[in-house]
Amino acid sequence: MSEGLHGVVVCHGTVAAALIEATEQISGLRGHLVAVSNAGCDRDSLEARIDEAVGAGPAVVFVDMASGSCLIATLRRLREREGVSVVTGVNLAMLVDFVFHLSLPPAEAADHAAASGGKAIKLP
Amino acid sequence: MPLVLCRVDDRLIHGQVVIGWGRPLGARRILLVDDDVAGNTWEQDLYRMAVPDGVELVFSDVAGAAAHLAGWQAESVRSILLTGRVETVARLFAADPVALHRINLGGVHHRPGRTERLPYLYLTDDEYRTLTTLESEGADVTAQDVPSATPVGLKALR
Repeated sequence: MSEGLHGVVVCHGTVAAALIEATEQISGLRGHLVAVSNAGCDRDSLEARIDEAVGAGPAVVFVDMASGSCLIATLRRLREREGVSVVTGVNLAMLVDFVFHLSLPPAEAADHAAASGGKAIKLP
Repeated sequence: MPLVLCRVDDRLIHGQVVIGWGRPLGARRILLVDDDVAGNTWEQDLYRMAVPDGVELVFSDVAGAAAHLAGWQAESVRSILLTGRVETVARLFAADPVALHRINLGGVHHRPGRTERLPYLYLTDDEYRTLTTLESEGADVTAQDVPSATPVGLKALR
């Protein structure tokens, strides 16, 4: 059982806020995700924003791209933090899955969400 | 082909550099000049993740880069030189004003003491003076975050 698990969504521009708004509309669950934008940030200030959003944890940090400033800032700041897992390639399916699995430990919630996000990618 | 872009960007390697500039310029190598990163292999691994296949990533401290500028300029590999600090680009220009004659201000973000010159460019008065000195010594200094944007000259950033 992982109490107080929350998600932090770190993206370019306004992507994180939009993903969270859509997740909350779909799931009806609010207040479990925090948006972080890299807008106007250098490396240090972006790391500070991420750190503040993660707080004491536990948390899963969802990053938009598997490279770039958002991921680098996340890993620089959180690489030695226990109780924090990181997932890249965030999408809506991933976040919807996550908010329904807040009772899982962070690593399991991250695995579960990543699997759901991956399944959502299809070429119909 | 010499250095195709010499850029000051405190996020170092990110999408604007790799995709926004790297693709249209046909860059095959990125020279990341930063004393801290040059001494941190873990951080280097992070930056390697951000570089597409086929693009070489070279890490150098400032002194090493100053010594290699002429060599990089003479090689055939189309290269982007990237640093996060105005101070660093001034040291590199002093070492080789020919290789560094064109300087792109791509992203310097807010910190105490800096004032906004453009939405992506904040400079202290000292940093601005350093850049005007470089310009007076022959450098072509412009601010331009992405290739599709209009370059902005130093006078407009006062």
